[in-house]
Amino acid sequence: MEIPYYPGCTLNTKGKGFDYSVRASARELGLELVELETWNCCGATFPLLVDNMLDLAGPARVLVSARQAGRRLAVACSTCYNVLKRTNRVIREDEDSREKLNFFIEADYSGDLEVLDLLQILRDDIGFDRIKEAVKKPLSGLKVAAYYGCMVLRPPSEVAYDDPEHPRALDDLITALGAEAVDYSHKGECCGAYLAVKSAEVTAEMSFTILASARRSGAELVVTNCPLCQFNLDRVQEAGGKMQEARGRVQDARGRVQDSRYAGFQPIPVLYFTQLLGIALGLYSEGFELDRHYVDPRPVLSNYLNEQARS
Amino acid sequence: MRVKLSAATLRSDLVRRIEEISGQDLLACYQCGECSAGCPVAFAMDMLPSQVIRLVQLGQVEEALDSETIWFCAACQTCYARCPKGVDLSRIMEALREIALQERGDHLDIAAIRPEELAEFPQQAFIGGFRKYTS
Repeated sequence: MEIPYYPGCTLNTKGKGFDYSVRASARELGLELVELETWNCCGATFPLLVDNMLDLAGPARVLVSARQAGRRLAVACSTCYNVLKRTNRVIREDEDSREKLNFFIEADYSGDLEVLDLLQILRDDIGFDRIKEAVKKPLSGLKVAAYYGCMVLRPPSEVAYDDPEHPRALDDLITALGAEAVDYSHKGECCGAYLAVKSAEVTAEMSFTILASARRSGAELVVTNCPLCQFNLDRVQEAGGKMQEARGRVQDARGRVQDSRYAGFQPIPVLYFTQLLGIALGLYSEGFELDRHYVDPRPVLSNYLNEQARS
Repeated sequence: MRVKLSAATLRSDLVRRIEEISGQDLLACYQCGECSAGCPVAFAMDMLPSQVIRLVQLGQVEEALDSETIWFCAACQTCYARCPKGVDLSRIMEALREIALQERGDHLDIAAIRPEELAEFPQQAFIGGFRKYTS
């Protein structure tokens, strides 16, 4: 099965391990992702003002390019998925916006594209049963926390393909890979996202809340679908880094210094879900870039990585 | 806090503009507090999300603009997903940010971002941040 694919900016640069593991895993499962011939940045946030047509122009151009390639579009980055899916809905359902956008980007697009998250394709088109059969290195004994973040859950009416308060898709994939999906309270809680550029202390607190919840449930590993979540959750734990200093004390907007509840926290690796999928499919290679993570996931995964790649 | 209400402040041009660009009915909110209870950034805010919409309902827009809360909102939309009245508070936060950016200037000094952060952060952090904190 062939399907047009939009990698997005981060997967094309700092999230190459995500992109590589997405393509390798998909190919192994009989899904050929064909990168769009032309694409640009989706804008990284969906504009929330009803008259903000300008910030819809970028994602609208991506949709036009995707529609030329087919009727469905696969997106692996959950933020890109969110922005493209919501922009597509505006074009499809709001005539005034559709006319303005088409005039502005010199196109004639009606919004008749289906924007799909890769996890959704794995669940609905490939099927987790088939993935389970394709597993070469079952991840038995591994306790994994599925972290969904915001982008595939909210707003539920526009983007969710799962229960927005109790999502299952990623947990079910983890189970299909032979690992144990731990239940914990913060799988859909925001990590702070772009707040990182304004207030690293606050995103540190938010990320630690999520990680501590996962740890308390016995997880040894967190998997996610969003490059910014991966970055926030992973970097906050960097040993010896500046973020580590924020661990004991957090300053809020009133200048109050709060003692963090997470001092003494045990670092937990944060992977893209496709890295874990690829490892279970026996595809692990240097292209997964596990060496680029702040918390090295290789010790936890040592039983499951290929012999030849382990050195 | 003592607030003097009048027809002119309750339905000021600024209040109407917030309603128009956010696409939200401010008076639909009946102050149940679900948004504040579920907000993952509330711990860092100087005013709860439900208090921000209450101020705007009462026409006290300048006070809302003074609040750091509008800049701590990460647009995660948990408030909107759980609001029993279907109010998208993150759109009201965005409307307040937009007005603050236009009237008071940028909230983030891009030139002050450290080179090591530029090298490390994923693109989407900057693009998202620039869209929310600069005009």
